[in-house]
Amino acid sequence: MKTKPNRHQPSSPATQLPRCPTGIQGLDEITGGGLPRGRPTLVCGGAGCGKTLLAAEFLVRGAVEFGEPGVFMSFEETDKELESNVASLGFDLAGLVRRKKIVLEYVFIERSEITETGDYDLEGLFVRLNHAIDSIGAKRVVLDTLEALFAGLPNEAILRAELRRLFRWLKEKGVTAVITAERGREQLTRHGLEEYVSDCVILLDHRVTDQIATRHMRVVKYRGALHGTNEFPFLIGNEGLSVLPITSLGLNHKVSIERIPTGIPRLDAMLGGKGFFRGSSILLTGTPGTGKSCLAACFAQAAARRGERVLYFSFEESPNQTIRNLHSIGVRLEPFVDCGLLRFHAARPSFCGLEMHLATMFKEIATFQPQVVIVDPITSLLEAGSDSETRGMVTRLIDYLKGGQVTSLFTSLTQGGHALQQSEIAMSSLMDSWLLLQDVEGNGERNRLLYVLKARGMAHSNQVREFLISDRGIDLVDAYIGPSGVLTGASRVAQAAREKAEALASLQEAARRKRELARKHATLEQQIARLRSEYETEEMELRRMDEQAGTRTRVLTAERTELARLRHADVSANGHRQTRGRLGKQR
Amino acid sequence: MKNAERPQAAPARRPARLWQLRLYVAGQTPKSLTAFSNLKEICESHLKGRYEIEVIDLLEQPHLSRGDQILAIPTLVRQLPHPVRKIIGDLSNTERVLVGLDLRAAG
Repeated sequence: MKTKPNRHQPSSPATQLPRCPTGIQGLDEITGGGLPRGRPTLVCGGAGCGKTLLAAEFLVRGAVEFGEPGVFMSFEETDKELESNVASLGFDLAGLVRRKKIVLEYVFIERSEITETGDYDLEGLFVRLNHAIDSIGAKRVVLDTLEALFAGLPNEAILRAELRRLFRWLKEKGVTAVITAERGREQLTRHGLEEYVSDCVILLDHRVTDQIATRHMRVVKYRGALHGTNEFPFLIGNEGLSVLPITSLGLNHKVSIERIPTGIPRLDAMLGGKGFFRGSSILLTGTPGTGKSCLAACFAQAAARRGERVLYFSFEESPNQTIRNLHSIGVRLEPFVDCGLLRFHAARPSFCGLEMHLATMFKEIATFQPQVVIVDPITSLLEAGSDSETRGMVTRLIDYLKGGQVTSLFTSLTQGGHALQQSEIAMSSLMDSWLLLQDVEGNGERNRLLYVLKARGMAHSNQVREFLISDRGIDLVDAYIGPSGVLTGASRVAQAAREKAEALASLQEAARRKRELARKHATLEQQIARLRSEYETEEMELRRMDEQAGTRTRVLTAERTELARLRHADVSANGHRQTRGRLGKQR
Repeated sequence: MKNAERPQAAPARRPARLWQLRLYVAGQTPKSLTAFSNLKEICESHLKGRYEIEVIDLLEQPHLSRGDQILAIPTLVRQLPHPVRKIIGDLSNTERVLVGLDLRAAG
């Protein structure tokens, strides 16, 4: 970690200030590496917006992570108060003080005890600070809240002159200082401290919108450096502050090629036959009552059956109600809850601000280490913040989950009628897969349809499926698409019956034709056989006649030869008579 | 450290009240010198023979600034008699010093 500031220095142009990393999650990203090193930074904000905590964390992280000891000069809280206050964030201030990493200086001024009798300066404060810095070789200094001096010391002219000297002195001393100040009415600070601190000013803000408080941070000024000028929400969680700038989130997650089934075989088939990618984010949108929670529960059940840990954030129903309701569709989650594979976290969306929700979700995820996270529904959180805030929060959540290879499923409730709302479209761009559940009304009934609108990186079905919820769970069936549109439910069944009847009829017709053909064939065969036998008879007759003719010719020739031999003369006359006689006899 | 001593060293019953005064300075600056001479003068005229002045130079003993919560220089602290009083500045406004030290009534 110590290499971090060094890494920044050579890479920055010569004109840029060297940075002093705060170690506060997100703040270093906004400021491009940290606070200006060796210079004072002003942190201003109203009461209760986390100035002291920011300053304390800057110091503690400096001492623990960056090996830079620090001095905390407090004008408001005593050492003990400060220690117990930051202990709630898991910082062991007392231990750091014992190890000489941090010095706590409590400066107490009581105006009623002080009488002013002439010219003076604040050399005592300088001596004290100098002594504290030198005693541990501090590199970081926090002055919280310097403005208490204005209340304690009567002569403002002297005070202002001395403050100017103090900031100059701090710069000369080369320490990176954080000075906190109360937000003023018309200027950044109540006493115009920003006039002295010109290098970096950070404004904290605690705003209540619709009864929900959210903290914001803005870098108002950072001399000589690029910085995020936007307002960023930040949280005070169990591990200190975390600023969550969307811009700081990278798109460099590890990706998995592993696929995980959805728990609904037909849905897997629609998603290239294997289900979702591990670590992907899935959005499930639908109008009320389309079965989003049921689908989410099926997914949860399937994951738990594979032995994966599932974290279920429910913003609508209590865990018991969810479990009971899922009994009706044959999904039993309580065994998994009992064996610790499934954990429910239920909270009302309006219970706290978005930042708080996000913080608790991060905390739950970090402690439970789930492989699958379900947020049901994400749109409930819209109540807790504006559209863009929710979107930012979802971005951060997705980013966080993807970083940990956690598959996340978000259900999203859309208003009746419009299935694709503006916010949906905005949110969907963050999602890897988007399933749409829709109601179709017709023939006096409502039926559910499921589309896969998008599934990044896989061949997915473009077909609509009817989504059936029965007491045996969820099933998808082909919706009938005909000339009159998509048929579902009873009409689909009727259509199927009709088709079945038609198919049967055509089958019978085909069989009949086949039989007829066979009969024809048989008849033809018979005819052929008869003709052939006739032909054969005739042929035989013909052959016999041929044979007889041959024999007679031979006999005749032989007789004629004999006669000629016997008669010698008048061969022709006798021969003729005899021949005639024979012929006549034959006939 | 100073606080620890205070309870034992608070003998209000002692007849002759001893004034313990402590002047914090940071080096021999003109302001410090003015303050010391002003203090000396005031004490001589109002508390003759029953005062002690301890001058603490914070440049030499910086750790002592913590005990009396010293910010401004010069600061005069009335350790005794109780209650503790702090007077800041070079003590050039004698009237205010006397009020601050509660010597107005005494003198």
